[in-house]
Amino acid sequence: MHIAEGFLPATHCVAWYLASAPFVIHGGRRVIQQSKEQPEARLLLAAAGAFTFVLSSIKLPSISGSSSHPTGTGLGAVLFRPPVMAFLSTIVLLFQALLLAHGGITTLGANVFSMGIVGPFVGYGSWRLARRFGWSDRVGIFLALALADFTTYLMTSFQLALAFPDPVSGLAGAMTKFLGVFAFTQVPLAIAEGILGVLVFRVLLDIAGPELQRLGVVPALPEAVA
Amino acid sequence: MTRKRLTTAALLAALVLIFGMSLAFGSQHTSTATPFGGTDSVATAAIQQSDPDYVPWFQPWFNPGSAEVESGLFALQAGLGGTVLGFAVGALWGRRHPAPARTGD
Repeated sequence: MHIAEGFLPATHCVAWYLASAPFVIHGGRRVIQQSKEQPEARLLLAAAGAFTFVLSSIKLPSISGSSSHPTGTGLGAVLFRPPVMAFLSTIVLLFQALLLAHGGITTLGANVFSMGIVGPFVGYGSWRLARRFGWSDRVGIFLALALADFTTYLMTSFQLALAFPDPVSGLAGAMTKFLGVFAFTQVPLAIAEGILGVLVFRVLLDIAGPELQRLGVVPALPEAVA
Repeated sequence: MTRKRLTTAALLAALVLIFGMSLAFGSQHTSTATPFGGTDSVATAAIQQSDPDYVPWFQPWFNPGSAEVESGLFALQAGLGGTVLGFAVGALWGRRHPAPARTGD
Protein backbone atom coordinates (compact mmCIF):
# COMPACT_ATOMS: atom_id res chain seq x y z
CA MET A 1 0.00 0.00 0.00
CA HIS A 2 2.99 2.30 -0.07
CA ILE A 3 2.47 4.96 -2.69
CA ALA A 4 6.00 5.52 -3.99
CA GLU A 5 7.92 8.75 -3.43
CA GLY A 6 6.83 11.47 -5.86
CA PHE A 7 3.95 9.42 -7.25
CA LEU A 8 1.17 11.76 -6.14
CA PRO A 9 0.73 15.30 -7.49
CA ALA A 10 1.93 17.91 -4.99
CA THR A 11 -1.60 19.19 -4.29
CA HIS A 12 -2.70 15.67 -3.34
CA CYS A 13 0.35 15.24 -1.09
CA VAL A 14 -0.52 18.44 0.80
CA ALA A 15 -4.20 17.51 1.05
CA TRP A 16 -3.49 14.06 2.50
CA TYR A 17 -0.97 15.55 4.93
CA LEU A 18 -3.64 18.00 6.13
CA ALA A 19 -6.21 15.22 6.41
CA SER A 20 -3.89 12.94 8.41
CA ALA A 21 -2.23 15.49 10.70
CA PRO A 22 -5.09 15.92 13.24
CA PHE A 23 -5.38 12.15 13.74
CA VAL A 24 -1.62 11.72 14.18
CA ILE A 25 -1.30 14.63 16.62
CA HIS A 26 -4.31 13.44 18.61
CA GLY A 27 -2.89 9.90 18.54
CA GLY A 28 0.49 11.08 19.82
CA ARG A 29 -1.22 12.83 22.71
CA ARG A 30 -3.24 9.71 23.45
CA VAL A 31 -0.05 7.60 23.58
CA ILE A 32 1.45 9.94 26.22
CA GLN A 33 -1.83 10.17 28.15
CA GLN A 34 -2.33 6.41 27.98
CA SER A 35 1.12 5.58 29.35
CA LYS A 36 0.66 8.08 32.20
CA GLU A 37 -2.83 6.92 33.17
CA GLN A 38 -2.24 3.21 32.79
CA PRO A 39 1.48 2.52 33.12
CA GLU A 40 0.72 -1.19 33.42
CA ALA A 41 -0.58 -1.15 29.84
CA ARG A 42 2.70 0.18 28.43
CA LEU A 43 3.91 -3.32 27.61
CA LEU A 44 0.75 -3.96 25.60
CA LEU A 45 1.22 -0.64 23.81
CA ALA A 46 4.77 -1.66 22.91
CA ALA A 47 3.49 -5.05 21.77
CA ALA A 48 0.83 -3.46 19.52
CA GLY A 49 3.38 -1.13 17.94
CA ALA A 50 5.93 -3.93 17.49
CA PHE A 51 3.26 -6.15 15.91
CA THR A 52 2.64 -3.55 13.20
CA PHE A 53 6.39 -2.98 12.81
CA VAL A 54 7.01 -6.69 12.18
CA LEU A 55 4.00 -7.38 9.97
CA SER A 56 4.52 -4.40 7.66
CA SER A 57 8.10 -5.56 7.01
CA ILE A 58 7.10 -8.98 5.75
CA LYS A 59 6.10 -9.25 2.11
CA LEU A 60 4.03 -12.33 1.58
CA PRO A 61 3.14 -14.23 -1.60
CA SER A 62 -0.46 -14.25 -2.74
CA ILE A 63 -2.50 -16.36 -5.14
CA SER A 64 -2.49 -13.44 -7.61
CA GLY A 65 1.19 -14.09 -8.32
CA SER A 66 2.36 -10.88 -6.69
CA SER A 67 3.30 -10.23 -3.12
CA SER A 68 2.23 -7.69 -0.57
CA HIS A 69 2.44 -7.07 3.13
CA PRO A 70 -0.06 -7.11 5.97
CA THR A 71 -0.50 -4.04 8.15
CA GLY A 72 -1.14 -5.37 11.67
CA THR A 73 -2.98 -2.20 12.69
CA GLY A 74 -6.26 -3.86 13.70
CA LEU A 75 -4.87 -5.31 16.94
CA GLY A 76 -3.64 -1.99 18.31
CA ALA A 77 -6.88 -0.31 17.21
CA VAL A 78 -8.92 -2.77 19.28
CA LEU A 79 -6.62 -2.47 22.32
CA PHE A 80 -5.94 1.28 22.31
CA ARG A 81 -8.46 2.89 19.91
CA PRO A 82 -7.68 3.97 16.34
CA PRO A 83 -5.90 7.34 16.92
CA VAL A 84 -3.05 5.59 18.75
CA MET A 85 -2.49 3.50 15.63
CA ALA A 86 -2.41 6.63 13.46
CA PHE A 87 0.59 7.71 15.50
CA LEU A 88 2.30 4.30 15.60
CA SER A 89 1.73 3.73 11.86
CA THR A 90 3.37 7.08 11.14
CA ILE A 91 6.53 5.87 12.90
CA VAL A 92 6.51 2.64 10.87
CA LEU A 93 5.92 4.48 7.59
CA LEU A 94 8.62 7.06 8.37
CA PHE A 95 11.13 4.28 9.05
CA GLN A 96 10.28 2.63 5.72
CA ALA A 97 10.29 5.90 3.78
CA LEU A 98 13.66 7.03 5.16
CA LEU A 99 15.61 3.76 5.27
CA LEU A 100 13.99 1.46 2.75
CA ALA A 101 12.85 3.82 -0.03
CA HIS A 102 9.39 2.29 0.50
CA GLY A 103 6.66 4.88 0.35
CA GLY A 104 8.06 8.36 0.69
CA ILE A 105 8.14 11.66 2.51
CA THR A 106 5.92 13.36 -0.08
CA THR A 107 3.38 10.51 0.03
CA LEU A 108 3.61 10.00 3.81
CA GLY A 109 0.34 11.84 4.46
CA ALA A 110 -1.55 9.64 1.98
CA ASN A 111 0.03 6.42 3.26
CA VAL A 112 -0.68 7.37 6.89
CA PHE A 113 -4.29 8.06 5.92
CA SER A 114 -4.79 4.56 4.46
CA MET A 115 -2.73 2.46 6.87
CA GLY A 116 -2.95 4.54 10.04
CA ILE A 117 -6.44 5.99 9.87
CA VAL A 118 -8.88 4.18 7.53
CA GLY A 119 -7.61 0.67 8.39
CA PRO A 120 -7.62 1.11 12.20
CA PHE A 121 -11.02 2.87 12.25
CA VAL A 122 -12.63 0.15 10.12
CA GLY A 123 -10.92 -2.54 12.23
CA TYR A 124 -12.12 -0.99 15.48
CA GLY A 125 -15.62 -0.49 14.02
CA SER A 126 -15.80 -4.17 13.01
CA TRP A 127 -14.73 -5.19 16.53
CA ARG A 128 -17.45 -3.04 18.08
CA LEU A 129 -20.07 -4.35 15.63
CA ALA A 130 -19.07 -7.96 16.33
CA ARG A 131 -19.45 -7.18 20.01
CA ARG A 132 -22.89 -5.67 19.50
CA PHE A 133 -24.02 -8.74 17.56
CA GLY A 134 -22.87 -10.86 20.49
CA TRP A 135 -20.19 -12.65 18.47
CA SER A 136 -17.18 -14.07 20.32
CA ASP A 137 -14.11 -11.90 20.80
CA ARG A 138 -12.14 -14.30 18.55
CA VAL A 139 -14.50 -13.55 15.65
CA GLY A 140 -14.27 -9.83 16.48
CA ILE A 141 -10.46 -9.90 16.42
CA PHE A 142 -10.40 -11.85 13.17
CA LEU A 143 -12.69 -9.29 11.50
CA ALA A 144 -10.81 -6.33 12.99
CA LEU A 145 -7.42 -7.43 11.65
CA ALA A 146 -8.64 -8.77 8.32
CA LEU A 147 -10.77 -5.71 7.51
CA ALA A 148 -8.20 -3.18 8.75
CA ASP A 149 -5.72 -4.81 6.39
CA PHE A 150 -8.10 -5.02 3.43
CA THR A 151 -9.60 -1.54 3.66
CA THR A 152 -6.11 -0.02 3.88
CA TYR A 153 -5.53 -1.29 0.35
CA LEU A 154 -8.99 -0.17 -0.81
CA MET A 155 -8.05 3.33 0.34
CA THR A 156 -4.71 3.20 -1.48
CA SER A 157 -6.54 2.20 -4.68
CA PHE A 158 -8.92 5.13 -4.23
CA GLN A 159 -6.05 7.56 -3.59
CA LEU A 160 -4.25 6.46 -6.75
CA ALA A 161 -7.46 6.53 -8.82
CA LEU A 162 -8.14 10.05 -7.59
CA ALA A 163 -4.67 11.16 -8.67
CA PHE A 164 -4.58 9.25 -11.95
CA PRO A 165 -8.13 8.95 -13.33
CA ASP A 166 -8.44 6.98 -16.53
CA PRO A 167 -8.66 9.28 -19.62
CA VAL A 168 -11.60 7.23 -20.95
CA SER A 169 -13.34 5.57 -18.00
CA GLY A 170 -12.47 8.22 -15.43
CA LEU A 171 -12.26 7.70 -11.69
CA ALA A 172 -14.28 4.47 -11.68
CA GLY A 173 -12.15 2.91 -14.40
CA ALA A 174 -8.92 3.82 -12.63
CA MET A 175 -10.34 2.56 -9.33
CA THR A 176 -11.11 -0.80 -10.95
CA LYS A 177 -7.58 -0.93 -12.35
CA PHE A 178 -5.87 -0.22 -9.01
CA LEU A 179 -8.24 -2.55 -7.17
CA GLY A 180 -7.13 -5.20 -9.67
CA VAL A 181 -3.57 -4.64 -8.50
CA PHE A 182 -4.24 -4.53 -4.77
CA ALA A 183 -7.57 -6.10 -3.78
CA PHE A 184 -7.29 -9.61 -5.20
CA THR A 185 -3.74 -9.97 -3.87
CA GLN A 186 -4.78 -8.76 -0.45
CA VAL A 187 -7.70 -11.14 0.14
CA PRO A 188 -5.68 -14.19 1.26
CA LEU A 189 -3.23 -11.94 3.13
CA ALA A 190 -6.06 -10.25 5.04
CA ILE A 191 -7.54 -13.65 5.97
CA ALA A 192 -4.10 -14.83 7.12
CA GLU A 193 -3.64 -11.65 9.16
CA GLY A 194 -7.02 -12.27 10.81
CA ILE A 195 -5.98 -15.80 11.77
CA LEU A 196 -2.64 -14.59 13.11
CA GLY A 197 -4.51 -11.95 15.11
CA VAL A 198 -6.65 -14.63 16.76
CA LEU A 199 -3.47 -16.56 17.70
CA VAL A 200 -1.85 -13.45 19.21
CA PHE A 201 -5.06 -12.46 21.01
CA ARG A 202 -5.27 -15.91 22.62
CA VAL A 203 -1.75 -15.47 23.94
CA LEU A 204 -2.59 -11.99 25.25
CA LEU A 205 -5.70 -13.32 27.02
CA ASP A 206 -3.45 -15.81 28.80
CA ILE A 207 -0.74 -13.40 29.88
CA ALA A 208 -2.43 -10.00 29.98
CA GLY A 209 -5.98 -10.69 31.13
CA PRO A 210 -6.10 -7.97 33.84
CA GLU A 211 -4.57 -5.38 31.50
CA LEU A 212 -7.11 -6.22 28.78
CA GLN A 213 -9.91 -5.87 31.34
CA ARG A 214 -8.71 -2.46 32.47
CA LEU A 215 -8.52 -1.33 28.85
CA GLY A 216 -12.11 -2.48 28.45
CA VAL A 217 -11.20 -4.95 25.69
CA VAL A 218 -12.66 -7.91 27.56
CA PRO A 219 -15.39 -7.59 30.17
CA ALA A 220 -14.11 -7.26 33.72
CA LEU A 221 -14.77 -10.10 36.11
CA PRO A 222 -17.58 -9.23 38.57
CA GLU A 223 -15.24 -9.26 41.58
CA ALA A 224 -12.75 -7.02 39.78
CA VAL A 225 -15.33 -4.23 39.52
CA ALA A 226 -14.98 -1.82 42.41
CA MET B 1 -6.16 -27.75 27.62
CA THR B 2 -6.03 -30.25 24.77
CA ARG B 3 -8.88 -28.49 22.98
CA LYS B 4 -6.95 -25.24 23.28
CA ARG B 5 -3.86 -26.84 21.76
CA LEU B 6 -5.92 -28.35 18.94
CA THR B 7 -7.32 -24.92 18.11
CA THR B 8 -3.82 -23.43 18.06
CA ALA B 9 -2.60 -26.22 15.79
CA ALA B 10 -5.60 -25.79 13.47
CA LEU B 11 -5.05 -22.01 13.21
CA LEU B 12 -1.34 -22.51 12.45
CA ALA B 13 -2.21 -25.17 9.85
CA ALA B 14 -4.65 -22.74 8.22
CA LEU B 15 -1.86 -20.14 7.93
CA VAL B 16 0.53 -22.67 6.34
CA LEU B 17 -2.25 -23.77 3.97
CA ILE B 18 -3.00 -20.20 2.83
CA PHE B 19 0.62 -19.46 1.95
CA GLY B 20 1.25 -22.93 0.54
CA MET B 21 -1.68 -22.49 -1.84
CA SER B 22 -0.61 -18.93 -2.62
CA LEU B 23 2.85 -20.12 -3.65
CA ALA B 24 1.47 -23.07 -5.64
CA PHE B 25 -1.29 -21.21 -7.52
CA GLY B 26 0.38 -17.83 -7.62
CA SER B 27 3.37 -19.14 -9.56
CA GLN B 28 0.98 -20.05 -12.42
CA HIS B 29 0.05 -16.41 -12.89
CA THR B 30 2.37 -14.35 -15.02
CA SER B 31 0.61 -11.03 -14.46
CA THR B 32 3.75 -9.40 -13.10
CA ALA B 33 7.13 -9.13 -14.77
CA THR B 34 8.79 -10.93 -11.89
CA PRO B 35 7.01 -13.77 -10.07
CA PHE B 36 5.66 -12.50 -6.75
CA GLY B 37 6.69 -8.92 -7.44
CA GLY B 38 5.44 -6.37 -4.94
CA THR B 39 2.04 -4.79 -5.54
CA ASP B 40 3.53 -1.37 -4.73
CA SER B 41 5.76 -1.57 -7.80
CA VAL B 42 2.96 -3.06 -9.92
CA ALA B 43 0.87 0.02 -9.09
CA THR B 44 3.78 2.31 -9.99
CA ALA B 45 4.20 0.48 -13.30
CA ALA B 46 0.46 0.86 -14.00
CA ILE B 47 0.72 4.63 -13.49
CA GLN B 48 3.72 4.88 -15.80
CA GLN B 49 1.78 2.95 -18.42
CA SER B 50 -1.45 4.98 -18.21
CA ASP B 51 0.22 8.36 -17.66
CA PRO B 52 3.59 8.11 -19.43
CA ASP B 53 3.99 11.90 -19.16
CA TYR B 54 3.88 11.86 -15.37
CA VAL B 55 7.31 12.51 -13.90
CA PRO B 56 7.75 11.70 -10.20
CA TRP B 57 8.60 15.10 -8.76
CA PHE B 58 10.58 13.81 -5.82
CA GLN B 59 13.12 11.03 -5.42
CA PRO B 60 13.84 8.97 -2.29
CA TRP B 61 16.67 10.71 -0.45
CA PHE B 62 18.27 7.36 0.24
CA ASN B 63 18.06 4.19 -1.77
CA PRO B 64 19.33 0.86 -0.43
CA GLY B 65 20.86 0.32 -3.88
CA SER B 66 20.58 -3.43 -4.14
CA ALA B 67 17.95 -6.05 -3.37
CA GLU B 68 20.38 -7.64 -0.92
CA VAL B 69 20.87 -4.47 1.12
CA GLU B 70 17.14 -3.78 0.98
CA SER B 71 16.22 -7.24 2.24
CA GLY B 72 18.74 -6.80 5.04
CA LEU B 73 17.08 -3.55 6.10
CA PHE B 74 13.66 -5.22 5.98
CA ALA B 75 15.09 -7.99 8.16
CA LEU B 76 16.34 -5.30 10.54
CA GLN B 77 12.83 -3.87 10.76
CA ALA B 78 11.35 -7.31 11.46
CA GLY B 79 14.12 -8.06 13.96
CA LEU B 80 13.61 -4.82 15.87
CA GLY B 81 9.84 -5.37 15.97
CA GLY B 82 10.25 -9.01 16.96
CA THR B 83 12.64 -8.11 19.77
CA VAL B 84 10.27 -5.54 21.27
CA LEU B 85 7.27 -7.87 20.82
CA GLY B 86 9.15 -10.74 22.45
CA PHE B 87 10.26 -8.55 25.35
CA ALA B 88 6.71 -7.26 25.94
CA VAL B 89 5.16 -10.73 25.82
CA GLY B 90 7.92 -12.11 28.06
CA ALA B 91 7.57 -9.30 30.59
CA LEU B 92 3.77 -9.74 30.67
CA TRP B 93 4.26 -13.46 31.18
CA GLY B 94 6.62 -12.68 34.07
CA ARG B 95 3.92 -10.56 35.72
CA ARG B 96 1.57 -13.53 35.78
CA HIS B 97 4.27 -16.01 36.74
CA PRO B 98 6.40 -14.42 39.45
CA ALA B 99 9.59 -16.31 40.19
CA PRO B 100 9.14 -18.64 43.16
CA ALA B 101 11.10 -17.67 46.26
CA ARG B 102 14.39 -19.52 46.28
CA THR B 103 14.46 -22.17 48.92
CA GLY B 104 18.23 -22.51 48.81
CA ASP B 105 20.10 -25.72 48.28
